[in-house]
Amino acid sequence: MAGKQYRGSDIKDVNQFLDDSAGLDSEREKEIGQHIGYRYDVNLVPDYERLTPFLKQYIEVMGWDDLNWLEDIHMGYEDGNAAVFDRNINGWVRVPDTIDLPDNQQDRDMIARELLIKFQMSDRHPLVNLRRAYKKF
Amino acid sequence: MAGVMESELQGMTQEQRADALGMTTEQLTGRSLFVEFDPDAAERFNYPWAPEVDYNKRIEIDTDDMSTTEVNDKMRALMDEGYGTIVVKNPRGKHSLGVGILSRLNLIYEGSLGYFAVGLIDGPNVRINGRVGWSCGENMMAGTVIIEKNAGSTFGAAIRGGDLVCRGSVGSRTGIDMKGGTIIVGGDTGALSGFMMQRGRMIVCGNAGRNLGDSMYDGTIYVGGEISSLGVDAVTAELTDLDRSWLSRKLKQYELMPDQGVDHFTKVVAGKQLWNYDNLEPTEKKLIL
Repeated sequence: MAGKQYRGSDIKDVNQFLDDSAGLDSEREKEIGQHIGYRYDVNLVPDYERLTPFLKQYIEVMGWDDLNWLEDIHMGYEDGNAAVFDRNINGWVRVPDTIDLPDNQQDRDMIARELLIKFQMSDRHPLVNLRRAYKKF
Repeated sequence: MAGVMESELQGMTQEQRADALGMTTEQLTGRSLFVEFDPDAAERFNYPWAPEVDYNKRIEIDTDDMSTTEVNDKMRALMDEGYGTIVVKNPRGKHSLGVGILSRLNLIYEGSLGYFAVGLIDGPNVRINGRVGWSCGENMMAGTVIIEKNAGSTFGAAIRGGDLVCRGSVGSRTGIDMKGGTIIVGGDTGALSGFMMQRGRMIVCGNAGRNLGDSMYDGTIYVGGEISSLGVDAVTAELTDLDRSWLSRKLKQYELMPDQGVDHFTKVVAGKQLWNYDNLEPTEKKLIL
């Protein structure tokens, strides 16, 4: 959580990248004018005490004993907005302002996992049309 | 545009289909595609295109006289019929079995598999009661894969998610270029394991060969036995309480928990000296290498 050295940036506070959208921290970042790397600690393992009811149900349906691939999902930040990286579209998906963010990264990560699952399984996910366009008939 | 009928799409070229479905083809420069979550999205647990399967609906298939393509096609057909547990008998070391399964499924192989077994999977739970060749679980996205015996080289190459477990020992370059997920080895792992690892976690209950974690960018490797040598820019780090609880949980889950617990595990992470390698002076580069 806070205090992790990460890709040249020191994550001091859970709201760091909400308060500072540029997030230019290291000398190298200031020199090239862009943030290097992720805006969260990719090595943070989940705290299973904080699972949401939806995630518990997802784990049960899939026949798993834990979060499986969702262990690598974290809430990150894009241009000062909370966002989650969706590997299936290789891009960030923003968290609407209407969702209140908890004050710690572990609970934020659980929200990120829940939002990402619902999005990936929905008909509005870009993969649905991508599949229709490029699948073999 | 999304309302285009399937029958209409069938008569179109790929380019026409992409156009009809309103897909953008221009290159995005400077920013990512803007997409926002819908807080009221329905609670679903499968991809829209995934077949509805029932884990209690079980079938066995004997693949002795079948080709790899025939076996993989047969499994897809069975999933479309709702079978959620498929037992594959006599796989006879065929290559590329079980690749590209993108939905939940219980898949059991009664025998050994060849190269590239169960690669590119996204969701299924696989048990292999035998050995596997090179690159088992390559590019795996989600799910669990358990191999009861030994595995070849490049085990879990470029894995992105899920749990890939080998109860025996594995060859060299385990988890090369891994980008997420968890690789668990009950025995030993060979040289250059975790080479160019970018994220994810690897647990080796036995010993690790030379150059462990060479040129790793990020991620974590836990080793219960001896490490022959660390690779370039791989360093040891302190095992935290969160690490201990996560390790214990994972190892108990796959019945690989050592009698002495997890306190003896060595944690290896990236030294992060290579991130800005191009900007270093020649003498600094020599220091790292």
